[in-house]
Amino acid sequence: MDTSGMNLTYTLSAKTKKILQVLIAVGLILTIWGILKHSQTDIQKQRIWSNIWVNIMFFFGISLLATFFYAVQYAAEAAWAVAYKRIMESVMKFLPIGAILVFVYCLLGVLGVHHTWKWLDSAAVTADKVLQNKSAFLNPGMFLGMTAVFLIAYVAYQRWTCKVSIDIDNGGDGTQMWKTNRTRAAGFLVFFGFTSVVGSWFWFMSIDAHWFSTLFGWYVFAGQWIGAIITFNLIGLHLKSKGQGEFLNDSHQHDMGKWMFAVSFLWTYLWFSQFMLIWYANLPEEVSYYQARWDDYRCMLWTMFFVNFALPMIMLMSRDAKRNRTFIFIVGCIIFFSHWVDTYLLVMPGTLGAEGHIGLMEIGMFLASTGGFAWFTLSQLAKAPLLVKNHPYLQETLHFHI
Amino acid sequence: MQHESAIREPLILGHRTYHDITEDIARPIEGRANKYWYLVFTIAVCAFTWGIGCLFYTIGTGIGAWGANKTVGWAWDITNFVWWIGIGHAGTLISAVLLLFRQKWRMAINRSAEAMTIFAVMCAAIFVTMHTGRPWLDYWLFPHANQFGSLWVNFNSPLLWDVFAVSTYFSISLVFWYTGLIPDFATIRDRAVKPMSKYIYKILSFGWSGRAKDWTRFEEVSLVLAGLSTPLVFSVHSIVSMDFATSIVPGWHTTIFPPYFVAGAIFSGFAMVETLLLIVRKVLNLEHYITVKHMEYMNIVIILTGSMVGVAYLSELFISWYSGVEYEAYAFLNRATGPYWWSYAGMMTCNVISPQLYWFKKIRTSLTATFILSIVVNIGMWFERFVIIVTSLHRDYIPSSWTMYHPTWIEIGIFTGTIGMFFTFFLLFARVFPVIALNELKTILKISGESYKKEAAAHAHH
Repeated sequence: MDTSGMNLTYTLSAKTKKILQVLIAVGLILTIWGILKHSQTDIQKQRIWSNIWVNIMFFFGISLLATFFYAVQYAAEAAWAVAYKRIMESVMKFLPIGAILVFVYCLLGVLGVHHTWKWLDSAAVTADKVLQNKSAFLNPGMFLGMTAVFLIAYVAYQRWTCKVSIDIDNGGDGTQMWKTNRTRAAGFLVFFGFTSVVGSWFWFMSIDAHWFSTLFGWYVFAGQWIGAIITFNLIGLHLKSKGQGEFLNDSHQHDMGKWMFAVSFLWTYLWFSQFMLIWYANLPEEVSYYQARWDDYRCMLWTMFFVNFALPMIMLMSRDAKRNRTFIFIVGCIIFFSHWVDTYLLVMPGTLGAEGHIGLMEIGMFLASTGGFAWFTLSQLAKAPLLVKNHPYLQETLHFHI
Repeated sequence: MQHESAIREPLILGHRTYHDITEDIARPIEGRANKYWYLVFTIAVCAFTWGIGCLFYTIGTGIGAWGANKTVGWAWDITNFVWWIGIGHAGTLISAVLLLFRQKWRMAINRSAEAMTIFAVMCAAIFVTMHTGRPWLDYWLFPHANQFGSLWVNFNSPLLWDVFAVSTYFSISLVFWYTGLIPDFATIRDRAVKPMSKYIYKILSFGWSGRAKDWTRFEEVSLVLAGLSTPLVFSVHSIVSMDFATSIVPGWHTTIFPPYFVAGAIFSGFAMVETLLLIVRKVLNLEHYITVKHMEYMNIVIILTGSMVGVAYLSELFISWYSGVEYEAYAFLNRATGPYWWSYAGMMTCNVISPQLYWFKKIRTSLTATFILSIVVNIGMWFERFVIIVTSLHRDYIPSSWTMYHPTWIEIGIFTGTIGMFFTFFLLFARVFPVIALNELKTILKISGESYKKEAAAHAHH
């Protein structure tokens, strides 16, 4: 296929900018309004912090899992996704910023600025035998040290692979670099596979410091993965709406739709496995986690679960639905928000108890972060041609047909 | 128009034509078996017969003939059941998931992998029906109409879910396997010269004519079955894991069990596919089709699933300490340092460490190494189930009931018998069924055949 006639330069148009500006402005106004509406008690202050953490982790998770999915394409020798390569890279480029935000937030927790993790408060640990037993793992040094090591390694791979991608465009040996990339992708996947589990223990599971679940890491992983897949989808659809991205054909769209469908099922499977086994055995030390969500967040818990499960199952089952761009857009946006709620439920009951609820502040902060994230991602997309050059699978992806 | 990148390695070696493929794959069916086939077949049948004898002994005597006791109520029976069910998973993964992922390399291996699934589930069924103690009453495992009796099955029990899961799995796998065989049976039918074999293959091929309409329906049905089988890859072993995980036995009740059992099942299944295919390609001269590249891909799946199992082992170990639950912590301490430490050590070495050798390209492309490691992995996965079942049970909550478990020769005989049965069936399969999906394989010949790839590359240079 000839790509010379295609416009491969994306520019963030005035209209898109305006939409995103409005989104960010409305988000910020709602956030400030939501904050000022309440008197500044300790729990209200923590509510602001917890919300910040939800949004940091949601978008950091998307860029991290974008990097994971990108590496998987190399390790699995997949050609179809090469057409999405630049879109993936634009999402991955948020990773350094996300990593800094994660680290700063953790550091502020250690410094006692916020109280997201109870076990960082030495007075609370002295009074709590369970936390004392865990202190060999749950301590500030281990927390910051592991967080830093994980983040530095993730960012190092992401920056390297994004840089190489541009180098190849400018006349590098695509086939040779593909091989190097494949080896490094495998290395990253192994590192990611072991550390993402530990990361999820620190960043999410230890918020409910007494509670534990061996499946937890994989469940968090699946939720973030679906976020990344939807982001790729939405950016692809945005390009199409601008009349660009001619190289993304219906088969590419179909495959991305399949991934949305499949990862939604994976997430549901893992959510259900964890929930069902804990509910079934009904042991006090385990069931407390769901009891807290059941008592105070029941409506959100079940809505989130059924939206994330039933919606993709019913809406994306058929082949035609996966090729219908409007359909993918609507379903994608709903699941995207619903997985934000999933992240919200990971954080809130443990930090706010029964006090958390979705109000102006939550909606506002979500809108503002989504707007900011979209702005950043799209301006990264504008920095490089939309299609890679010199890639050994380029012709295969351009001729992709299922 | 499809296009395949030049850097992809060929999946059919040398220069083959469509006719060559038919000839190569029909040869074992139409010709006579060599002496190695008879030798292996005799050994397999002897083991099988021995196993049947031990089964009858068990039925006549009761399961007191086994080593299981009051504390260790499940032992070799369930270990072997889970082991065989797990092995079956690779067949479903190859036929369903790899079809959905459009992996062309699946075409040379899916037929034998699916056959392996069916035979493995049959072996598993023996243990699970026997372990009830009175197998003639096993029809009570199914929910009957209430008029039949007042006792109904317990729908809250994962053991019942297992009955449904495994029987669904078996039926879908059988249908999938058979559907795939129909066009190939028709090819054998069209070539048959003896009236008897022509007649048999005529019945087996369901009047397949090879019309475009037949192929459309064939492809649609394959996709639907792949869609149905993919959740089965997950559900069957998840439910098997729930047989343990829904209980409150330390070491059993852990949330990671469902996905970790699935990963482990695929892991051991691929190892068994490798063991079988390495023999098949040699004995039936199929080196052109089942290539080193196929083995390399399977070895990569083994690294992946082996590492996932590794993450799960370490997560469990860590959380047993992190949870602060002393029973849980002791269960793991006992696994690693108790009287059955050797089975834990064997599991860790065979399942987590040995697959890491495949990071070296030399090892993952060596057929000898692959053959040895595939057996090592299956030993390791057997140990895993033994560790989970026996080590967790033998020291329960009341130290006065702590005991050891030793298998009797009857149990060993039944296990050997299932291995014999597995190979007996597989060897028969290899003689009367086309072991490679020959008609499907032909669809990739011009794209992934070595000589055609070279030709295309030569064209691209001009």
